[in-house]
Amino acid sequence: MKKDMWKRFSAWVNGTSEERGPLELPDTAVHHEKKKLFELSDEQKIRLFKAGYLAVAAVVCLAVVSVLLYTVFQLPLFGDPNNPAVNDVVERYVEKGLEETGAVNMVAGMIIDYRSFDNFVESSVLFLAVTSVMMLLLRDKNNISREEDIQEEHERIIEKEASDLILQKVVSMVLPCIMLFGVYVVLNGHISPGGGFSGGAVMGAGLILYASAFGTDKVRELFNMKTFKTVTSTALLCYAASKAYSFYTGANGLHTGIPLGTPGAIFSSGLILVLDICVGMVVACTMYGFYVLFARGEI
Amino acid sequence: MDGIIEKAISLRFEIAAVILFGIGFINLLLQSNLIKKIVAFNVMDSSVFLFLASQGYIEGRMAPIVTNGVTDAANYVNPIPAGLVLTGIVVSVSVSAFFLALVQRLYKHYHTVDFDEIMMLAKERVE
Repeated sequence: MKKDMWKRFSAWVNGTSEERGPLELPDTAVHHEKKKLFELSDEQKIRLFKAGYLAVAAVVCLAVVSVLLYTVFQLPLFGDPNNPAVNDVVERYVEKGLEETGAVNMVAGMIIDYRSFDNFVESSVLFLAVTSVMMLLLRDKNNISREEDIQEEHERIIEKEASDLILQKVVSMVLPCIMLFGVYVVLNGHISPGGGFSGGAVMGAGLILYASAFGTDKVRELFNMKTFKTVTSTALLCYAASKAYSFYTGANGLHTGIPLGTPGAIFSSGLILVLDICVGMVVACTMYGFYVLFARGEI
Repeated sequence: MDGIIEKAISLRFEIAAVILFGIGFINLLLQSNLIKKIVAFNVMDSSVFLFLASQGYIEGRMAPIVTNGVTDAANYVNPIPAGLVLTGIVVSVSVSAFFLALVQRLYKHYHTVDFDEIMMLAKERVE
């Protein structure tokens, strides 16, 4: 723009203006020239911005890392028993945990009994995540395009025609063990390492493996949208109801009437087993739901 | 000087966590590919988990699972960071899934996952 004006100005000074003015040029040429000039300046602006952004980002990152490193050097030594993080809360959880919750696994006793609201909100976060992913990716009447339908049809045909024999054989041998292991981890959450989240993730992985070997249509016979909705919401409601009961009785100093059982047995530690099963259900459904929604856009 | 080196060796997990955090943070800021941004975000998450787990460890003690009926607090490591890390992992999985779903929608709309290109296209469309 400036250059253009300068040209006109110089032409006017030289006395060669008017005839060779920009108005006489074909419209397209003017347009073209103008656009090119604009693009160049835009590009320069972007380059400048990028350089500035790089510098600022590097400085900010270095500042954050140096502050964190300085803080880390003020921490007590690694594995120090006098670490201030090991305070009376920890002592209480460890010493009274078995007696009060009946869980041999203190972490399970802590997160599902003492801090069960935390765990409940966690499951709700997972539920919320799968709901929002469903809102974004589910192919319903608001989210449909011809292209995708054709692609979907292609993938379905590939899935049917080109089934992988080795994968299918291996999966049919391995899958029962995976599912059994998942159930074991969920049910033994209160007596050994594990619990609802890890066991649920194992079961979800088993479902994903099955879906990738035999196709999602095959899984849908067993696990469709309706089962997904029912299982997830029932598990969450069951969790909320049982925890509401124990909060109510606990706050009013009432006796829960739920026996804690002998520590180490499967049926022990009160509500922890039930809650673990609920969480396991939610996690397994969520993991599989994520996979299918990303791969197919429908459960 | 010797003291600092000794401390650095003792705090190696925390320092590794901070460095990982820095790597994740700079990649989150500088990568223009949205998928890479999500990966960087997950690296940051993992660094926080490493930091928490290393803070819970106590030298020479057992995992917090009651063995042989001993419930003395001097025998077990701190169980609280384990619970916090569990929460963190779940939230990180949920957030990553949500991000990836958003990226998939963006890809369907703009046919690219490059952040700068998406911004250019969005600007062009507005104009």
